[in-house]
Amino acid sequence: MYILDDKDRSILDLLQNDFPLAVQPYLEMANRIGLEEEELLSRIAEMKAKGLIRRIGGIIDSRNIGFYSTLCALTVSEARIETVAATINQLPGVTHNYLRDHDYNMWFTLTAPSRDDALKTLQELEILLGLTIMKMPAQKVFKIKVSFDMGVSNEL
Amino acid sequence: MNYDEDDRKILKLLQGDLPVESRPFRELAQAMNLSEEDIIDRVQNLQQKGTIRRWGAVLRHQQAGFTANAMVAWKVGAEQGDEAGNIMAGFKEISHCYLREVPDEFGYNMFSMIHARSDQELRELIDKVLEQTGLTDYIVIKSLRELKKASMEYIRGED
Repeated sequence: MYILDDKDRSILDLLQNDFPLAVQPYLEMANRIGLEEEELLSRIAEMKAKGLIRRIGGIIDSRNIGFYSTLCALTVSEARIETVAATINQLPGVTHNYLRDHDYNMWFTLTAPSRDDALKTLQELEILLGLTIMKMPAQKVFKIKVSFDMGVSNEL
Repeated sequence: MNYDEDDRKILKLLQGDLPVESRPFRELAQAMNLSEEDIIDRVQNLQQKGTIRRWGAVLRHQQAGFTANAMVAWKVGAEQGDEAGNIMAGFKEISHCYLREVPDEFGYNMFSMIHARSDQELRELIDKVLEQTGLTDYIVIKSLRELKKASMEYIRGED
């Protein structure tokens, strides 16, 4: 268990929601929080090493650059879970894959440069696995948010 | 495509993990023969065009205190979709909400990711959504195990 202090929480809030786009973003952040830049950098490095921060960068809008993505689900027998997961996960367009508590027990997302590419990949996958894949492309996006309010709990 | 060759190089760096150092763009700027300010202008432009949707840190939320995370799928009729989607989007505990094209025999066509700190909090949130949207049919599709989680590499190959 890693306990966050107030400074860590301020850092995470800024990093997620208001990360300055500047030549020296950490210096700006440090000034706002009231820390030395060096201490800020070492705290961030620590939170990355502990696995709390996955990465710092940009989130590209796949639709904006013309990519197609779809949620997929399939039913996999207990005995085949590991091998089927390995086959699916090796596809570079598969970004998320979860074992879930439902008759459809494997749920993954596939992103591809076009709809045709995605459907072709899925068709090949169905043949390779001998399984049917349910495809659920988004029709309308109401919300995509990936930042979290850090204010409530300081326990990790 | 919505971006040129220089943008491509910038997107290639940004889709991954920026170095945690005082001047995170310095190395890229040098490699591209641009100033760091040029890079920042381009990032700003890519944000304005919507190519970069968000900028900053991505947390591993299971480790950030949100232990009861669930995908909840709801049956939403054609005329209810917008209202229900907008209501769900207003919940701060709901990070994602999509209307999806699904086979009729499955039928659960609105998907939301709910992040709660306990199973009880999760149930309370679902009750609130039901009350506010008037929806009645839903399933909680809990995750048992993460098999893969990666960031999409949109831009591949060498520079």
